[in-house]
Amino acid sequence: MKVLYFAWLRERIGVGSEDVDPPETVATVGDLVAWLAAREARYAAAFEDISAIKVAVDQEQADFDAPITGVREVALFPPVTGG
Amino acid sequence: MAVRVQEADFDIAAELDALGALDPDVGAVVSFTGLVRGSGITAMTLEHYPGMTEKALEAIEAEAMGRWPLQGATIIHRVGELAPGARIVLVAVASRHRGAAFEAAEFLMDYLKTRAPFWKKETAEDGTARWVDARETDTSAADRWANHKNAHSHR
Repeated sequence: MKVLYFAWLRERIGVGSEDVDPPETVATVGDLVAWLAAREARYAAAFEDISAIKVAVDQEQADFDAPITGVREVALFPPVTGG
Repeated sequence: MAVRVQEADFDIAAELDALGALDPDVGAVVSFTGLVRGSGITAMTLEHYPGMTEKALEAIEAEAMGRWPLQGATIIHRVGELAPGARIVLVAVASRHRGAAFEAAEFLMDYLKTRAPFWKKETAEDGTARWVDARETDTSAADRWANHKNAHSHR
């Protein structure tokens, strides 16, 4: 599964995207974020305030309780500021 | 329907002419152009999510086409580093009458600002850069369309 980070999340984590292979117990986007945060301090720091983070699953807006089994792409980013 | 995400600038007159020429029934073309506000900054950098951005803009445009009797719509959003005063975004719609066109253009911008995956980073005159915060007023502007009674649904 590919995980993408944008804006200040990308800067804090240090990469724009990465391939990850979480265990089967990681079933939702929320589980994935918790699993990443437990891996390294830079993830924990980036995910400190989860209310400031938005989610997309396979390029569609989603929530932290969205299932990730079988998905290709999960994106994590701050609220959008285009226009 | 047309959606473009690009680094290059765009030609407003050419875009509006193209919309007006889509259909002989077009009687109104309404557009909005967003610019980089220049006070205190030396550059604005636009990041986006390639793939999702285009899908999100197409979905927003399709929703507008479903809500109002439009002959066409154009959304162009620039990415990369932009100078103060530069054009960032163009939203334009064509319809038979101005009422639908004004409303649809405003709807497109309100939804674009809250749903399309773009992020702005400002570089200040002292060289420091900061990510622009999302504004609550943008969310409330988009939310008011949820219960909007469409007075222009006749075709």
